[in-house]
Amino acid sequence: MKKIFSHPVSLRKTSTHYCPGCGHGLCHRLVAEIIDELGIREKTIAIAPVGCAVLAYDYWDFDCTEAAHGRALAVATAIKRVRPENIVFTYQGDGDLAAIGTNETIHTANRGENLTVIFINNAVYGMTGGQMAPTTLLGQKTTTTPLGRQANLQGFPLKVSELLSQLPAVKYIERVSLHSPQEVIKAKKAIKQAFQNQLDNQGFSLVEVLSACPTYWGMPAHKAMSWIKEVMIKEFPLGRIK
Amino acid sequence: MKANKILMSGNEAFGEGAIQAGCQFYAGYPITPQNELIAYMARHMPERNKVFIQAESELAAINMVFGASAAGMRAMTSSSSPGISLKQEGISYMAGSQLPGVIVNVMRGGPGLGNISPSQSDYFQATRGGGHGDYHSIVIAPASVQEAYDFMGLAFDLADKYRNTVIVLGDGILGQMMEPLRLSAANQTPQTEYQKPWALTGCKGRKPNIIRSLYLGDGVLEALNVSLQKKYQLIQQEEARYEGLFLDDAEIILVAYGTMSRISKVVVNNLRDKGKKIGMIRPITLWPFPKKAFSGLPAMCSKLLVVEMSCGQMVEDVRLSVNGKYPVEFLGRAGGGVPAEEEIIEKIESIL
Ligand SMILES: Cc1ncc(C[n+]2csc(CCOP(=O)(O)OP(=O)(O)O)c2C)c(N)n1
Ligand code: SF4
Repeated sequence: MKKIFSHPVSLRKTSTHYCPGCGHGLCHRLVAEIIDELGIREKTIAIAPVGCAVLAYDYWDFDCTEAAHGRALAVATAIKRVRPENIVFTYQGDGDLAAIGTNETIHTANRGENLTVIFINNAVYGMTGGQMAPTTLLGQKTTTTPLGRQANLQGFPLKVSELLSQLPAVKYIERVSLHSPQEVIKAKKAIKQAFQNQLDNQGFSLVEVLSACPTYWGMPAHKAMSWIKEVMIKEFPLGRIK
Repeated sequence: MKANKILMSGNEAFGEGAIQAGCQFYAGYPITPQNELIAYMARHMPERNKVFIQAESELAAINMVFGASAAGMRAMTSSSSPGISLKQEGISYMAGSQLPGVIVNVMRGGPGLGNISPSQSDYFQATRGGGHGDYHSIVIAPASVQEAYDFMGLAFDLADKYRNTVIVLGDGILGQMMEPLRLSAANQTPQTEYQKPWALTGCKGRKPNIIRSLYLGDGVLEALNVSLQKKYQLIQQEEARYEGLFLDDAEIILVAYGTMSRISKVVVNNLRDKGKKIGMIRPITLWPFPKKAFSGLPAMCSKLLVVEMSCGQMVEDVRLSVNGKYPVEFLGRAGGGVPAEEEIIEKIESIL
């Protein structure tokens, strides 16, 4: 009988530290499956962010480095420039990529570095205990927006993917979600495309992944999925952006 | 024929020295008074198939150095004081991850935006760590354009040997002044001496490598710190360097480094010509500080005089080194002021 489903070689067999219902674990697995499918495990170098996913190297079974908070794309730029034959990707949260690291994000994209970026948008800072992220929705309560995010005080949710799509050197941007099996399949396709682009020397590719943080959204996992579907997607519409 | 002797500024000499030492990656952000260095690298790194990036900030530049170093390359950045402040977080991460790397600081006056005049007021920042955590960079202080060139080879070697950051500490005078420079290939260390089995190259044929400085397990970070301290002790034993002048019969010993040691040397020679028994200690490595230089001072030595382009930073290390055995006097100027020959002589006369 033909084996059609197995544990990805690129994913270590270990238990997870992520909260129940968290999107990080699911997304790690997608990345691992794709790296197996493309046969690039032995030449992949990942950059883990500062955020809940800092321990990504405990799960991925290929070369990884940490980067200081927000600096993943500076680290990635240098690695790819000195080792262009390797496949280099960053995996970053919205605080990491869109607040403290915005400068690196914009300039790396603007240089058109041949990199793959997995951008996890969970609308909060998970690791530090649920503070406002640049992507936090208007009205959304966090520990630092106890009355809900207000446009006149905290500005609007930052749409990094749309911003970056304006840059001529950016090759590919797509926003996907992990709230249902169908969406997970689409997410995998987009992430695979972002890696394929790098293999084909196409330049900067980014996939924004709407991902649940049930813990700091203050809801059980299944409600978090419906919240993405019914609320979050209205602010962050899915699909190809560039 | 003097074919291998050329006229160069200190900033350019840093760059050429780095290239001769096998530097494979440079990232930097413009700031005066080190702009000739970034321009030199922009022209000469790509020419020799090495990577040059003008980064979007000093933060990005030092983290690019982190990345290139993690990938096993000889990597460097350069800046001047305000930019070096921005790099401190990255240097701390490199210390925690034990990544080699070379950082050139062409110091200018501070604090704040300060000015663009030469200064030595980043001594504390360079020698004490500068960023967060218990760590040290090795700090080397060239005093001539020739040394700006030669010490880049030493810097890269020490960085690779100890998996440590090395700061080459110059100042605006050294960066800007032009002197004849003898180029040599002696700088070049064969890369094979420093294998980097820890580097990120893709995990083909081996277990995955991980570069990290986060250690959450019970006692794991403490153990890392203990091993870092062992490394720092070894560096202190092995790598302290200094130059001594007239130390066998000096009654007063000047202590100065970098540009200040050039001016002090003139003072020493002039006073010697007048029969005054003056000597000099010039620390070459500022960390490790060459404490040994202060242990066997001549019996007739009555005082030390530390001269700095700062309000008094290295003087603390000198006081720690003599440990109360000799009075230590200080002469310094700040904010771009440079103690002149006459000021030093006046000070010496006042303490004789
Ligand atoms: C310089 C610096 N500032 C602040 C922090 C604290 N910190 C750690 S993770 C984080 C935000 C993480 O949020 P995000 O990037 O959205 O990732 P998530 O945890 O939600 O996956 C912050 C502020 C830090 N580690 N370093
Ligand atoms: S805090 Fe949120 S982002 Fe972090 S692991 Fe838990 S659910 Fe995931």
